[in-house]
Amino acid sequence: MNFWYFWFDPINFIARWLTGLLTGWGLASWLTSLIIQLVGAVVLISLMMVFDIFLVWVERKVVARFQDRLGPNRVGPFGIFQPFADIVKLIIKEDITPDGADKVVYNLAPVLSLMSVLLLWAVMPLAPVIFGVDLNVGALYIIAAGSIGTLSIIMAAWASNNKFALIGAFRQVAVLVSFEIPMIATMLIPTILAGSMGMNEIVQGQQTVWYVLLAPLAALTFLIAAIAELGRSPFDLNEAESEIVAGFHIEYTGMKFGLFYAGELLHAFTFGGFWAILFLGGYHLFGLENLGPLVAVLILFAKAMFGYWVIMWIRYTVMRIRIDQMLAFNWKFLTPVAFVLLMLTALMNALLRPASSGIYIAGMLLTNVVLGWIIVEILSGFGRRERQKAEGVATAAASAHR
Amino acid sequence: MTVLQIFFLIVALVILGSSLMVVTTRNLIHAALWLIVTLFGVAVLYAVLNAGFLAVVQVVVYIGAIAILFIFAVMLTRKELRDRGPQLNRGWWLNVIIALLTFGGLFWMLQSWNGFSKTAAAFPSSYDALGQLGNALISPNAFVLPFEVASVLLLAALVGAVYIAFNPPSGDSRK
Repeated sequence: MNFWYFWFDPINFIARWLTGLLTGWGLASWLTSLIIQLVGAVVLISLMMVFDIFLVWVERKVVARFQDRLGPNRVGPFGIFQPFADIVKLIIKEDITPDGADKVVYNLAPVLSLMSVLLLWAVMPLAPVIFGVDLNVGALYIIAAGSIGTLSIIMAAWASNNKFALIGAFRQVAVLVSFEIPMIATMLIPTILAGSMGMNEIVQGQQTVWYVLLAPLAALTFLIAAIAELGRSPFDLNEAESEIVAGFHIEYTGMKFGLFYAGELLHAFTFGGFWAILFLGGYHLFGLENLGPLVAVLILFAKAMFGYWVIMWIRYTVMRIRIDQMLAFNWKFLTPVAFVLLMLTALMNALLRPASSGIYIAGMLLTNVVLGWIIVEILSGFGRRERQKAEGVATAAASAHR
Repeated sequence: MTVLQIFFLIVALVILGSSLMVVTTRNLIHAALWLIVTLFGVAVLYAVLNAGFLAVVQVVVYIGAIAILFIFAVMLTRKELRDRGPQLNRGWWLNVIIALLTFGGLFWMLQSWNGFSKTAAAFPSSYDALGQLGNALISPNAFVLPFEVASVLLLAALVGAVYIAFNPPSGDSRK
Protein backbone atom coordinates (compact mmCIF):
# COMPACT_ATOMS: atom_id res chain seq x y z
CA MET A 1 0.00 0.00 0.00
CA ASN A 2 2.72 2.39 1.10
CA PHE A 3 4.82 1.35 -1.83
CA TRP A 4 2.11 2.28 -4.36
CA TYR A 5 1.66 5.62 -2.71
CA PHE A 6 5.41 6.20 -3.02
CA TRP A 7 5.39 4.99 -6.61
CA PHE A 8 2.70 7.40 -7.76
CA ASP A 9 3.88 10.49 -5.88
CA PRO A 10 7.46 9.99 -4.67
CA ILE A 11 8.42 13.60 -4.02
CA ASN A 12 5.34 14.42 -1.95
CA PHE A 13 5.74 11.12 -0.11
CA ILE A 14 9.27 12.03 0.95
CA ALA A 15 8.28 15.64 1.66
CA ARG A 16 5.42 14.51 3.91
CA TRP A 17 7.67 12.07 5.72
CA LEU A 18 10.30 14.80 6.25
CA THR A 19 7.65 17.25 7.46
CA GLY A 20 6.48 14.71 10.02
CA LEU A 21 10.05 14.10 11.12
CA LEU A 22 11.01 17.77 11.42
CA THR A 23 7.83 18.95 13.17
CA GLY A 24 8.33 15.97 15.48
CA TRP A 25 11.63 17.58 16.47
CA GLY A 26 9.71 20.72 17.43
CA LEU A 27 10.61 22.99 14.48
CA ALA A 28 8.25 25.77 13.41
CA SER A 29 6.18 25.00 10.33
CA TRP A 30 7.67 27.81 8.21
CA LEU A 31 11.17 26.61 9.07
CA THR A 32 10.20 23.04 8.16
CA SER A 33 8.86 24.05 4.76
CA LEU A 34 11.93 26.22 4.15
CA ILE A 35 14.25 23.31 4.97
CA ILE A 36 12.28 20.95 2.72
CA GLN A 37 12.36 23.41 -0.18
CA LEU A 38 16.11 23.85 0.28
CA VAL A 39 16.69 20.08 0.43
CA GLY A 40 14.63 19.68 -2.76
CA ALA A 41 16.65 22.35 -4.58
CA VAL A 42 19.99 20.90 -3.41
CA VAL A 43 18.98 17.36 -4.40
CA LEU A 44 17.82 18.48 -7.86
CA ILE A 45 20.98 20.52 -8.46
CA SER A 46 23.24 17.70 -7.24
CA LEU A 47 21.50 15.17 -9.48
CA MET A 48 21.87 17.50 -12.46
CA MET A 49 25.56 18.07 -11.72
CA VAL A 50 26.20 14.32 -11.46
CA PHE A 51 24.29 13.87 -14.70
CA ASP A 52 26.49 16.61 -16.16
CA ILE A 53 29.56 14.42 -15.54
CA PHE A 54 27.88 11.71 -17.58
CA LEU A 55 27.10 14.27 -20.33
CA VAL A 56 30.83 14.94 -20.77
CA TRP A 57 31.29 11.29 -21.65
CA VAL A 58 28.24 11.31 -23.97
CA GLU A 59 29.46 14.40 -25.79
CA ARG A 60 32.97 13.04 -26.28
CA LYS A 61 31.70 9.65 -27.40
CA VAL A 62 29.22 11.13 -29.90
CA VAL A 63 31.69 13.60 -31.38
CA ALA A 64 34.13 10.73 -31.81
CA ARG A 65 31.51 8.77 -33.75
CA PHE A 66 30.79 11.75 -36.01
CA GLN A 67 34.49 12.22 -36.65
CA ASP A 68 35.08 8.50 -37.24
CA ARG A 69 37.16 8.03 -34.07
CA LEU A 70 36.72 5.85 -31.00
CA GLY A 71 36.63 8.53 -28.32
CA PRO A 72 37.51 7.83 -24.69
CA ASN A 73 37.91 4.07 -24.33
CA ARG A 74 40.63 3.43 -21.73
CA VAL A 75 39.19 4.27 -18.31
CA GLY A 76 36.48 1.81 -17.40
CA PRO A 77 34.08 0.05 -19.78
CA PHE A 78 33.60 2.21 -22.93
CA GLY A 79 35.68 4.88 -21.20
CA ILE A 80 32.74 5.79 -18.98
CA PHE A 81 35.01 6.79 -16.06
CA GLN A 82 37.00 9.19 -18.23
CA PRO A 83 35.09 12.30 -16.96
CA PHE A 84 36.12 11.49 -13.38
CA ALA A 85 39.75 11.51 -14.46
CA ASP A 86 39.06 14.83 -16.20
CA ILE A 87 37.54 16.28 -13.05
CA VAL A 88 40.56 15.28 -10.96
CA LYS A 89 42.76 16.89 -13.60
CA LEU A 90 40.70 20.11 -13.53
CA ILE A 91 40.81 20.28 -9.75
CA ILE A 92 44.58 19.81 -9.41
CA LYS A 93 45.41 22.34 -12.15
CA GLU A 94 46.91 25.65 -11.11
CA ASP A 95 44.29 28.29 -10.47
CA ILE A 96 45.54 31.39 -12.27
CA THR A 97 44.09 34.86 -11.81
CA PRO A 98 45.56 37.09 -14.52
CA ASP A 99 47.37 40.32 -13.69
CA GLY A 100 45.06 43.30 -13.50
CA ALA A 101 41.98 41.10 -13.34
CA ASP A 102 38.98 42.35 -11.40
CA LYS A 103 39.07 39.61 -8.75
CA VAL A 104 35.47 39.66 -7.49
CA VAL A 105 33.87 39.89 -10.92
CA TYR A 106 36.37 37.36 -12.33
CA ASN A 107 35.42 34.77 -9.71
CA LEU A 108 31.71 35.55 -9.81
CA ALA A 109 31.32 35.06 -13.58
CA PRO A 110 31.70 31.23 -13.75
CA VAL A 111 29.29 30.85 -10.84
CA LEU A 112 26.68 33.00 -12.58
CA SER A 113 27.25 31.11 -15.82
CA LEU A 114 26.45 27.74 -14.26
CA MET A 115 23.69 29.29 -12.15
CA SER A 116 21.86 30.58 -15.21
CA VAL A 117 21.62 26.99 -16.46
CA LEU A 118 20.64 25.43 -13.14
CA LEU A 119 17.92 28.07 -12.72
CA LEU A 120 16.20 26.61 -15.78
CA TRP A 121 15.64 23.29 -13.99
CA ALA A 122 13.37 25.04 -11.49
CA VAL A 123 10.56 25.20 -14.07
CA MET A 124 11.29 21.92 -15.87
CA PRO A 125 8.30 19.59 -15.33
CA LEU A 126 9.98 16.19 -15.04
CA ALA A 127 6.72 14.36 -14.43
CA PRO A 128 3.11 15.35 -13.64
CA VAL A 129 3.98 15.46 -9.93
CA ILE A 130 7.72 16.15 -10.08
CA PHE A 131 8.62 19.76 -10.82
CA GLY A 132 10.39 22.54 -8.96
CA VAL A 133 7.75 25.22 -9.31
CA ASP A 134 4.90 25.63 -11.78
CA LEU A 135 5.35 29.32 -12.64
CA ASN A 136 2.58 30.81 -14.75
CA VAL A 137 5.28 32.81 -16.57
CA GLY A 138 7.53 29.83 -17.25
CA ALA A 139 8.46 30.76 -20.84
CA LEU A 140 9.53 34.26 -19.81
CA TYR A 141 11.43 32.83 -16.85
CA ILE A 142 13.57 30.78 -19.24
CA ILE A 143 14.49 33.96 -21.13
CA ALA A 144 15.22 35.76 -17.85
CA ALA A 145 17.56 32.98 -16.72
CA GLY A 146 19.27 33.17 -20.11
CA SER A 147 19.88 36.89 -19.68
CA ILE A 148 21.87 36.12 -16.52
CA GLY A 149 24.04 33.84 -18.68
CA THR A 150 24.62 36.72 -21.10
CA LEU A 151 25.66 38.88 -18.17
CA SER A 152 28.12 36.26 -16.94
CA ILE A 153 29.84 36.20 -20.35
CA ILE A 154 30.35 39.97 -20.36
CA MET A 155 31.56 39.86 -16.75
CA ALA A 156 34.03 37.04 -17.43
CA ALA A 157 35.50 38.76 -20.47
CA TRP A 158 35.78 42.19 -18.92
CA ALA A 159 37.23 40.96 -15.63
CA SER A 160 39.88 38.86 -17.42
CA ASN A 161 41.65 42.04 -18.55
CA ASN A 162 42.28 40.44 -21.93
CA LYS A 163 41.44 42.00 -25.28
CA PHE A 164 40.83 38.64 -26.97
CA ALA A 165 38.42 37.60 -24.27
CA LEU A 166 36.55 40.86 -24.73
CA ILE A 167 36.33 40.48 -28.50
CA GLY A 168 35.09 36.93 -28.06
CA ALA A 169 32.48 38.10 -25.57
CA PHE A 170 31.27 40.87 -27.88
CA ARG A 171 30.72 38.38 -30.65
CA GLN A 172 29.06 35.86 -28.34
CA VAL A 173 26.77 38.46 -26.75
CA ALA A 174 25.81 39.75 -30.19
CA VAL A 175 24.62 36.23 -31.00
CA LEU A 176 22.81 35.79 -27.68
CA VAL A 177 21.01 39.13 -27.77
CA SER A 178 19.87 38.78 -31.38
CA PHE A 179 18.75 35.15 -31.24
CA GLU A 180 16.78 35.83 -28.08
CA ILE A 181 14.11 37.45 -30.27
CA PRO A 182 13.16 34.50 -32.52
CA MET A 183 13.44 32.35 -29.40
CA ILE A 184 10.86 34.39 -27.48
CA ALA A 185 8.59 34.50 -30.54
CA THR A 186 8.69 30.73 -31.03
CA MET A 187 8.23 30.08 -27.32
CA LEU A 188 4.99 32.06 -27.58
CA ILE A 189 3.61 29.55 -30.10
CA PRO A 190 3.25 26.64 -27.61
CA THR A 191 1.97 29.30 -25.21
CA ILE A 192 -0.81 30.17 -27.66
CA LEU A 193 -1.61 26.52 -28.36
CA ALA A 194 -1.74 25.59 -24.68
CA GLY A 195 -3.28 28.85 -23.50
CA SER A 196 -0.69 29.18 -20.74
CA MET A 197 2.96 30.08 -20.25
CA GLY A 198 3.34 27.50 -17.49
CA MET A 199 5.55 24.62 -18.55
CA ASN A 200 3.37 22.04 -16.84
CA GLU A 201 0.23 23.20 -18.64
CA ILE A 202 2.08 23.27 -21.97
CA VAL A 203 3.02 19.62 -21.44
CA GLN A 204 -0.49 18.70 -20.38
CA GLY A 205 -1.86 20.42 -23.50
CA GLN A 206 0.07 17.88 -25.59
CA GLN A 207 -1.72 14.84 -24.22
CA THR A 208 -3.50 14.12 -27.53
CA VAL A 209 -1.17 15.66 -30.09
CA TRP A 210 2.41 16.90 -29.78
CA TYR A 211 2.92 20.51 -30.81
CA VAL A 212 5.56 19.48 -33.29
CA LEU A 213 2.65 18.34 -35.49
CA LEU A 214 0.74 21.60 -35.01
CA ALA A 215 3.77 23.85 -35.40
CA PRO A 216 6.69 22.03 -37.07
CA LEU A 217 8.25 25.25 -38.35
CA ALA A 218 8.16 26.75 -34.87
CA ALA A 219 9.91 23.65 -33.52
CA LEU A 220 12.62 24.05 -36.14
CA THR A 221 13.01 27.78 -35.50
CA PHE A 222 13.22 27.16 -31.76
CA LEU A 223 15.92 24.56 -32.28
CA ILE A 224 17.99 26.93 -34.46
CA ALA A 225 17.62 29.76 -31.95
CA ALA A 226 18.49 27.39 -29.10
CA ILE A 227 21.68 26.26 -30.84
CA ALA A 228 22.63 29.91 -31.31
CA GLU A 229 21.84 30.67 -27.66
CA LEU A 230 24.18 27.83 -26.70
CA GLY A 231 26.95 29.36 -28.78
CA ARG A 232 27.50 26.04 -30.48
CA SER A 233 28.58 25.43 -34.03
CA PRO A 234 27.48 26.71 -36.58
CA PHE A 235 27.11 29.76 -34.32
CA ASP A 236 30.27 29.37 -32.19
CA LEU A 237 31.61 32.77 -33.20
CA ASN A 238 33.46 33.27 -29.94
CA GLU A 239 35.84 30.55 -31.00
CA ALA A 240 38.50 31.27 -33.60
CA GLU A 241 41.65 29.39 -32.73
CA SER A 242 44.00 31.53 -34.79
CA GLU A 243 42.71 34.97 -33.76
CA ILE A 244 40.79 35.04 -30.50
CA VAL A 245 41.36 31.44 -29.33
CA ALA A 246 38.44 30.15 -27.26
CA GLY A 247 36.56 33.37 -26.63
CA PHE A 248 35.49 34.88 -23.35
CA HIS A 249 36.83 32.14 -21.04
CA ILE A 250 40.37 32.19 -22.41
CA GLU A 251 41.94 33.28 -19.10
CA TYR A 252 40.14 30.74 -16.94
CA THR A 253 41.94 27.67 -15.69
CA GLY A 254 41.14 24.59 -13.64
CA MET A 255 37.71 24.23 -12.13
CA LYS A 256 36.65 27.78 -13.04
CA PHE A 257 36.94 26.81 -16.67
CA GLY A 258 35.28 23.56 -15.67
CA LEU A 259 32.22 25.50 -14.49
CA PHE A 260 31.88 27.20 -17.89
CA TYR A 261 32.34 23.87 -19.64
CA ALA A 262 29.87 22.05 -17.40
CA GLY A 263 27.41 24.92 -17.81
CA GLU A 264 27.65 24.73 -21.59
CA LEU A 265 27.06 20.97 -21.69
CA LEU A 266 24.19 21.08 -19.25
CA HIS A 267 22.73 24.05 -21.15
CA ALA A 268 22.69 22.01 -24.35
CA PHE A 269 20.97 19.13 -22.59
CA THR A 270 18.54 21.54 -20.90
CA PHE A 271 17.55 23.10 -24.20
CA GLY A 272 17.08 19.59 -25.56
CA GLY A 273 14.72 19.11 -22.61
CA PHE A 274 12.85 22.34 -23.29
CA TRP A 275 12.55 21.44 -26.94
CA ALA A 276 10.98 18.17 -25.80
CA ILE A 277 8.68 19.97 -23.37
CA LEU A 278 7.54 22.69 -25.76
CA PHE A 279 7.16 20.62 -28.92
CA LEU A 280 7.74 16.90 -28.41
CA GLY A 281 5.11 16.29 -25.76
CA GLY A 282 7.32 16.47 -22.66
CA TYR A 283 6.78 13.34 -20.59
CA HIS A 284 3.92 12.07 -22.79
CA LEU A 285 4.57 8.91 -24.76
CA PHE A 286 1.42 6.98 -25.77
CA GLY A 287 0.14 6.87 -22.20
CA LEU A 288 3.28 5.18 -20.87
CA GLU A 289 3.74 8.09 -18.46
CA ASN A 290 0.69 6.89 -16.51
CA LEU A 291 2.73 3.94 -15.23
CA GLY A 292 4.35 6.24 -12.70
CA PRO A 293 6.23 9.50 -12.31
CA LEU A 294 9.61 7.78 -12.48
CA VAL A 295 8.72 6.34 -15.89
CA ALA A 296 7.65 9.86 -16.97
CA VAL A 297 11.03 11.25 -15.85
CA LEU A 298 12.72 8.51 -17.87
CA ILE A 299 10.64 9.41 -20.96
CA LEU A 300 11.46 13.11 -20.60
CA PHE A 301 15.18 12.38 -20.20
CA ALA A 302 15.13 10.14 -23.26
CA LYS A 303 13.49 12.92 -25.29
CA ALA A 304 15.91 15.50 -23.90
CA MET A 305 18.75 13.18 -24.87
CA PHE A 306 17.28 13.04 -28.37
CA GLY A 307 17.21 16.85 -28.52
CA TYR A 308 20.77 16.96 -27.19
CA TRP A 309 21.82 14.45 -29.81
CA VAL A 310 20.25 16.54 -32.61
CA ILE A 311 22.12 19.61 -31.29
CA MET A 312 25.39 17.63 -31.26
CA TRP A 313 24.65 16.22 -34.72
CA ILE A 314 24.29 19.75 -36.12
CA ARG A 315 27.30 20.96 -34.16
CA TYR A 316 29.69 18.40 -35.55
CA THR A 317 28.49 18.33 -39.16
CA VAL A 318 27.69 21.95 -40.06
CA MET A 319 30.51 24.40 -40.66
CA ARG A 320 30.92 27.64 -38.75
CA ILE A 321 29.43 30.76 -40.38
CA ARG A 322 30.79 34.31 -40.40
CA ILE A 323 29.45 36.92 -37.99
CA ASP A 324 27.85 39.06 -40.72
CA GLN A 325 26.16 35.97 -42.18
CA MET A 326 24.96 35.04 -38.71
CA LEU A 327 23.49 38.49 -38.03
CA ALA A 328 21.91 38.70 -41.48
CA PHE A 329 20.47 35.21 -41.04
CA ASN A 330 18.92 36.19 -37.74
CA TRP A 331 17.60 39.66 -38.50
CA LYS A 332 16.62 39.23 -42.14
CA PHE A 333 15.40 35.66 -42.04
CA LEU A 334 14.79 33.99 -38.69
CA THR A 335 13.18 36.92 -36.87
CA PRO A 336 10.66 37.75 -39.66
CA VAL A 337 9.88 34.04 -40.03
CA ALA A 338 9.31 33.72 -36.29
CA PHE A 339 6.98 36.73 -36.22
CA VAL A 340 5.00 35.60 -39.28
CA LEU A 341 4.70 32.16 -37.70
CA LEU A 342 3.51 33.68 -34.44
CA MET A 343 0.82 35.79 -36.10
CA LEU A 344 -0.30 33.01 -38.42
CA THR A 345 -0.46 30.45 -35.60
CA ALA A 346 -2.47 32.81 -33.42
CA LEU A 347 -4.90 33.49 -36.27
CA MET A 348 -5.32 29.88 -37.35
CA ASN A 349 -5.61 28.74 -33.74
CA ALA A 350 -8.45 31.20 -33.15
CA LEU A 351 -10.18 30.21 -36.41
CA LEU A 352 -9.81 26.43 -36.16
CA ARG A 353 -10.07 25.83 -32.42
CA PRO A 354 -13.90 25.46 -32.51
CA ALA A 355 -13.65 22.82 -35.29
CA SER A 356 -13.18 19.14 -34.58
CA SER A 357 -9.70 18.03 -33.55
CA GLY A 358 -9.02 16.30 -36.88
CA ILE A 359 -9.72 19.46 -38.89
CA TYR A 360 -7.76 21.49 -36.31
CA ILE A 361 -4.62 19.36 -36.59
CA ALA A 362 -4.85 19.10 -40.38
CA GLY A 363 -5.41 22.86 -40.72
CA MET A 364 -2.47 23.79 -38.50
CA LEU A 365 -0.21 21.32 -40.29
CA LEU A 366 -1.34 22.56 -43.70
CA THR A 367 -0.69 26.19 -42.68
CA ASN A 368 2.85 25.24 -41.71
CA VAL A 369 3.44 23.27 -44.89
CA VAL A 370 2.22 26.16 -47.07
CA LEU A 371 4.29 28.69 -45.16
CA GLY A 372 7.33 26.42 -45.29
CA TRP A 373 6.89 26.06 -49.04
CA ILE A 374 6.71 29.86 -49.47
CA ILE A 375 9.86 30.29 -47.35
CA VAL A 376 11.75 27.70 -49.39
CA GLU A 377 10.64 29.40 -52.64
CA ILE A 378 11.83 32.80 -51.40
CA LEU A 379 15.13 31.31 -50.20
CA SER A 380 15.83 29.50 -53.44
CA GLY A 381 15.07 32.68 -55.42
CA PHE A 382 17.48 34.59 -53.18
CA GLY A 383 20.13 31.90 -53.58
CA ARG A 384 19.73 31.97 -57.38
CA ARG A 385 20.19 35.75 -57.49
CA GLU A 386 23.26 35.55 -55.23
CA ARG A 387 24.77 32.82 -57.39
CA GLN A 388 24.13 34.83 -60.56
CA LYS A 389 25.74 37.87 -58.94
CA ALA A 390 28.79 35.82 -57.94
CA GLU A 391 29.04 34.24 -61.40
CA GLY A 392 28.69 37.68 -63.04
CA VAL A 393 31.55 39.01 -60.92
CA ALA A 394 33.64 35.93 -61.71
CA THR A 395 33.12 36.18 -65.50
CA ALA A 396 33.75 39.94 -65.42
CA ALA A 397 37.00 39.37 -63.52
CA ALA A 398 38.01 36.60 -65.90
CA SER A 399 37.38 38.75 -69.00
CA ALA A 400 39.21 41.72 -67.43
CA HIS A 401 42.12 39.45 -66.65
CA ARG A 402 42.27 38.27 -70.24
CA MET B 1 8.17 41.15 12.89
CA THR B 2 7.08 38.53 10.42
CA VAL B 3 9.43 36.61 8.15
CA LEU B 4 8.13 38.60 5.20
CA GLN B 5 9.01 41.91 6.87
CA ILE B 6 12.54 40.76 7.68
CA PHE B 7 12.92 39.59 4.10
CA PHE B 8 11.63 42.92 2.80
CA LEU B 9 14.09 44.82 5.01
CA ILE B 10 17.02 42.75 3.76
CA VAL B 11 16.02 43.28 0.12
CA ALA B 12 15.44 47.00 0.69
CA LEU B 13 18.87 47.33 2.31
CA VAL B 14 20.47 45.54 -0.65
CA ILE B 15 18.66 47.85 -3.10
CA LEU B 16 19.67 50.99 -1.20
CA GLY B 17 23.26 49.89 -0.67
CA SER B 18 23.79 48.85 -4.27
CA SER B 19 22.18 51.99 -5.65
CA LEU B 20 24.49 54.02 -3.41
CA MET B 21 27.40 52.07 -4.89
CA VAL B 22 26.15 52.88 -8.41
CA VAL B 23 26.69 56.59 -7.85
CA THR B 24 29.78 56.42 -5.66
CA THR B 25 32.00 53.86 -7.39
CA ARG B 26 34.58 55.34 -9.73
CA ASN B 27 34.71 52.38 -12.07
CA LEU B 28 31.97 52.70 -14.69
CA ILE B 29 31.65 48.95 -15.27
CA HIS B 30 31.32 48.40 -11.53
CA ALA B 31 28.60 51.05 -11.51
CA ALA B 32 26.75 49.12 -14.22
CA LEU B 33 27.15 45.85 -12.29
CA TRP B 34 25.87 47.45 -9.08
CA LEU B 35 22.94 48.81 -11.07
CA ILE B 36 22.16 45.22 -12.04
CA VAL B 37 22.11 44.27 -8.34
CA THR B 38 19.67 47.13 -7.71
CA LEU B 39 17.40 46.10 -10.58
CA PHE B 40 17.48 42.50 -9.41
CA GLY B 41 16.48 43.64 -5.93
CA VAL B 42 13.48 45.44 -7.41
CA ALA B 43 12.57 42.24 -9.27
CA VAL B 44 12.69 40.37 -5.95
CA LEU B 45 10.34 42.97 -4.45
CA TYR B 46 7.90 42.41 -7.32
CA ALA B 47 8.06 38.67 -6.71
CA VAL B 48 7.34 39.20 -3.01
CA LEU B 49 4.33 41.33 -3.98
CA ASN B 50 2.86 38.38 -5.96
CA ALA B 51 3.65 40.11 -9.25
CA GLY B 52 5.62 37.26 -10.83
CA PHE B 53 5.10 38.57 -14.34
CA LEU B 54 6.56 41.99 -13.51
CA ALA B 55 9.48 40.36 -11.69
CA VAL B 56 10.41 38.21 -14.69
CA VAL B 57 9.91 41.07 -17.14
CA GLN B 58 12.11 43.27 -14.94
CA VAL B 59 14.92 40.72 -15.23
CA VAL B 60 14.41 40.18 -18.99
CA VAL B 61 14.15 43.84 -19.95
CA TYR B 62 16.38 45.63 -17.46
CA ILE B 63 19.12 43.07 -16.80
CA GLY B 64 18.99 41.15 -20.07
CA ALA B 65 18.72 44.12 -22.39
CA ILE B 66 19.26 47.53 -20.84
CA ALA B 67 22.11 46.73 -18.45
CA ILE B 68 23.92 44.77 -21.17
CA LEU B 69 23.42 47.74 -23.49
CA PHE B 70 24.88 50.06 -20.82
CA ILE B 71 27.96 47.87 -20.46
CA PHE B 72 28.41 47.68 -24.22
CA ALA B 73 28.00 51.44 -24.64
CA VAL B 74 30.50 52.15 -21.85
CA MET B 75 33.04 49.71 -23.25
CA LEU B 76 32.69 50.94 -26.83
CA THR B 77 32.68 54.68 -26.16
CA ARG B 78 35.07 55.23 -23.26
CA LYS B 79 38.74 54.51 -23.43
CA GLU B 80 39.26 55.19 -19.75
CA LEU B 81 36.77 53.23 -17.64
CA ARG B 82 37.75 55.05 -14.46
CA ASP B 83 36.22 58.40 -13.62
CA ARG B 84 38.71 60.87 -12.14
CA GLY B 85 36.85 64.15 -11.68
CA PRO B 86 35.22 65.33 -8.44
CA GLN B 87 32.20 63.27 -7.47
CA LEU B 88 30.19 66.11 -5.92
CA ASN B 89 29.27 69.41 -7.46
CA ARG B 90 28.75 72.67 -5.58
CA GLY B 91 25.01 72.33 -5.14
CA TRP B 92 25.18 68.96 -3.33
CA TRP B 93 23.74 70.29 -0.04
CA LEU B 94 20.71 71.66 -1.90
CA ASN B 95 20.08 68.26 -3.43
CA VAL B 96 20.34 66.58 -0.04
CA ILE B 97 17.73 68.98 1.36
CA ILE B 98 15.37 68.45 -1.60
CA ALA B 99 15.74 64.67 -1.34
CA LEU B 100 15.05 64.70 2.38
CA LEU B 101 12.06 67.01 1.92
CA THR B 102 10.62 64.76 -0.78
CA PHE B 103 11.09 61.70 1.40
CA GLY B 104 9.57 63.48 4.41
CA GLY B 105 6.63 64.73 2.35
CA LEU B 106 5.91 61.29 0.92
CA PHE B 107 6.25 59.71 4.34
CA TRP B 108 3.87 62.24 5.90
CA MET B 109 1.35 61.80 3.08
CA LEU B 110 1.37 58.03 3.33
CA GLN B 111 1.13 58.19 7.13
CA SER B 112 -2.08 60.19 6.88
CA TRP B 113 -3.53 57.70 4.38
CA ASN B 114 -5.50 55.02 6.22
CA GLY B 115 -4.49 52.24 3.81
CA PHE B 116 -0.86 52.59 4.89
CA SER B 117 -1.00 50.35 7.96
CA LYS B 118 -3.43 47.78 6.52
CA THR B 119 -2.25 44.39 5.30
CA ALA B 120 -3.41 43.56 1.81
CA ALA B 121 -5.99 40.82 1.46
CA ALA B 122 -4.57 37.62 0.02
CA PHE B 123 -5.51 36.64 -3.52
CA PRO B 124 -8.15 33.93 -3.77
CA SER B 125 -6.40 30.73 -4.80
CA SER B 126 -7.98 30.61 -8.26
CA TYR B 127 -7.33 34.28 -9.08
CA ASP B 128 -5.50 34.56 -12.40
CA ALA B 129 -3.62 37.85 -12.06
CA LEU B 130 -1.61 37.27 -15.23
CA GLY B 131 -4.74 36.57 -17.30
CA GLN B 132 -6.39 39.70 -15.89
CA LEU B 133 -3.33 41.75 -16.88
CA GLY B 134 -3.34 40.28 -20.38
CA ASN B 135 -7.05 40.99 -20.83
CA ALA B 136 -6.64 44.54 -19.53
CA LEU B 137 -3.87 45.23 -22.04
CA ILE B 138 -6.06 44.36 -25.04
CA SER B 139 -9.44 45.45 -23.72
CA PRO B 140 -10.83 48.71 -25.21
CA ASN B 141 -12.28 49.58 -21.81
CA ALA B 142 -8.86 49.40 -20.18
CA PHE B 143 -5.38 49.96 -21.56
CA VAL B 144 -5.47 49.08 -25.24
CA LEU B 145 -4.86 52.69 -26.36
CA PRO B 146 -1.79 53.45 -24.20
CA PHE B 147 -0.46 49.98 -25.01
CA GLU B 148 -0.75 50.54 -28.76
CA VAL B 149 0.57 54.11 -28.54
CA ALA B 150 3.63 52.83 -26.69
CA SER B 151 4.18 50.16 -29.36
CA VAL B 152 3.92 52.73 -32.16
CA LEU B 153 6.37 54.98 -30.30
CA LEU B 154 8.86 52.13 -29.92
CA LEU B 155 8.44 51.18 -33.58
CA ALA B 156 9.11 54.80 -34.60
CA ALA B 157 12.26 54.82 -32.45
CA LEU B 158 13.36 51.55 -34.06
CA VAL B 159 12.81 52.87 -37.58
CA GLY B 160 14.69 56.05 -36.68
CA ALA B 161 17.62 54.07 -35.29
CA VAL B 162 17.77 51.95 -38.44
CA TYR B 163 17.67 55.09 -40.60
CA ILE B 164 20.55 56.70 -38.68
CA ALA B 165 22.65 53.55 -38.70
CA PHE B 166 21.86 52.69 -42.32
CA ASN B 167 24.99 52.54 -44.40
CA PRO B 168 24.17 53.70 -47.95
CA PRO B 169 25.50 51.32 -50.61
CA SER B 170 28.92 52.26 -51.95
CA GLY B 171 28.84 54.75 -54.84
CA ASP B 172 26.09 56.73 -53.15
CA SER B 173 26.76 60.48 -53.30
CA ARG B 174 25.57 60.98 -49.69
CA LYS B 175 28.83 59.51 -48.43
